[in-house]
Amino acid sequence: MLSPVILIPAILNGLLTGAVYALIALGLTLIYGVLHIINFAHGALLTAALFAAYFTQKLFGIDPYLAAFALAPLFFVLGYALQRFVIGPASHGDDRNMLLVTLGLAVIIENALLYAFHADTRTIDVRYSFETIAVGGSFLALPRVIGLGAVLIVALLLWALLRLTDTGKAIRAVAKEKLGAELSGIDVAHIYAMTFGLGTACLAVAACLLIPTYYVNPHVGNAFVLVAFTIVVLGGMGSVPGALIGGLFIGVVESLSGLYLGESLGQIGIFLIFILVLLVRPSGLFGERA
Amino acid sequence: MSALLAIDGLHAGYGPAEVLRGVDLEVGPGEIVAVLGSNGAGKSTLNRAISGVVRARSGSIRFDDAAVTNHKPSAIVARGLIHVPEGRRIFPNMSVAENLDLGSYRRATARRAQNRERVFTIFPRLRERHAQRAGTLSGGEQQMLAIGRGLMAEPKLIILDEPSLGLSPQLVEQLFALIARINAEGLAVLLVEQNVMQSLDVAHRAYILENGRIVMSGSPADIRANPDLRRAYLGL
Repeated sequence: MLSPVILIPAILNGLLTGAVYALIALGLTLIYGVLHIINFAHGALLTAALFAAYFTQKLFGIDPYLAAFALAPLFFVLGYALQRFVIGPASHGDDRNMLLVTLGLAVIIENALLYAFHADTRTIDVRYSFETIAVGGSFLALPRVIGLGAVLIVALLLWALLRLTDTGKAIRAVAKEKLGAELSGIDVAHIYAMTFGLGTACLAVAACLLIPTYYVNPHVGNAFVLVAFTIVVLGGMGSVPGALIGGLFIGVVESLSGLYLGESLGQIGIFLIFILVLLVRPSGLFGERA
Repeated sequence: MSALLAIDGLHAGYGPAEVLRGVDLEVGPGEIVAVLGSNGAGKSTLNRAISGVVRARSGSIRFDDAAVTNHKPSAIVARGLIHVPEGRRIFPNMSVAENLDLGSYRRATARRAQNRERVFTIFPRLRERHAQRAGTLSGGEQQMLAIGRGLMAEPKLIILDEPSLGLSPQLVEQLFALIARINAEGLAVLLVEQNVMQSLDVAHRAYILENGRIVMSGSPADIRANPDLRRAYLGL
């Protein structure tokens, strides 16, 4: 057993890492819950968002945290347009085709980024990259603490949108009863696109939170989305609170298994959990049983 | 008097199967019109074609003096033609009040509060359960909610698709009384039912649909009097 001096910071750091995982998973689970497809383009869109955050800082000197306020609406519009004018029409009325279209989009986006920016790994320098704050004897990276706060705010905003606005109610209605929603005058194609836009906006925020301490190359998004997918399965496919709690949990698992097994094996714990969930409780923590 | 809903030579179906083979039908303002027919006659397809969920292959649908053939369902709802579907199709994960709110998503949004009050007056049970998840309601309550959700849009014409399905005889009695009541307030009703006798009691006119065609139409008295129909559909 390790001493609390090591264990507590590891858990706290895990929670902070998990927050950004949770945000990525939130977008994925929202799209799954409403469109009932796994969005294979999620990783590529995260990569695109990381490049966007990188270049707004490099070219215009805009701080990533500030850039989030512009990039989130921009990526919302991008996601909306992708679903409304590309994924939806290319699926020809069969929702199952959307899955394949997102897979195709992922290939196109990744290769376009590779063509434009090559395989180089890039980082930005901001003065607070290595700043830490002390919390109860543990030193925590400042950008990650900001990340946790931002993720909680985004989750709260998303919750309020889904509960309190007509659009949010329409999203929840389409998720469970598409025909009933259509006959109530809800334009399902519009709601699909709104949902895809919200999921993509989550990625833009996640990218702005990641870029101060992380790097970007044309394939970087995939590693995150693999973890996010585990979180979605753990939390329950389509469950928003499941994604949030699952994300924090997976962050702690990664941190602790890194501590016990060594940093390079940290992710093993995540996939052990993934297999365990599939064996024991395939509907996830907050999922409805089929 | 021009018809509120006028369907002319409507053909529709799924894939290679043609279900409707030239349906002509009219509903006038303030009328209750019943469409009767056995399972598989095409009643649900007719409703879905009217509300834009199923494409019309040929023929035309006019509503309130405008062509609505193959318009999007949301555009048809916006005009005031509301289809309360078979199987209720309420939102099980949401509260009764939220279900009603979404009834006025496209129309009459500004008068949501007063229309909700009106629905609660018609269905006091829904007021009692307004905060409850709709999925936990009984079958009869879910049917009330589905109709209430339809009324929230202040429809000019409401299509009720098999509203009596799965209800107890006592609830069926109440349902038909309710249909007469909302009609008395001026609302036109297209009632699609297997419950032939009670539908004929409440309707002003009726159509018999068979294999995707209208085989007879007329007043309830005409239909009751026809010996062939009595045997084939009315089980008398």
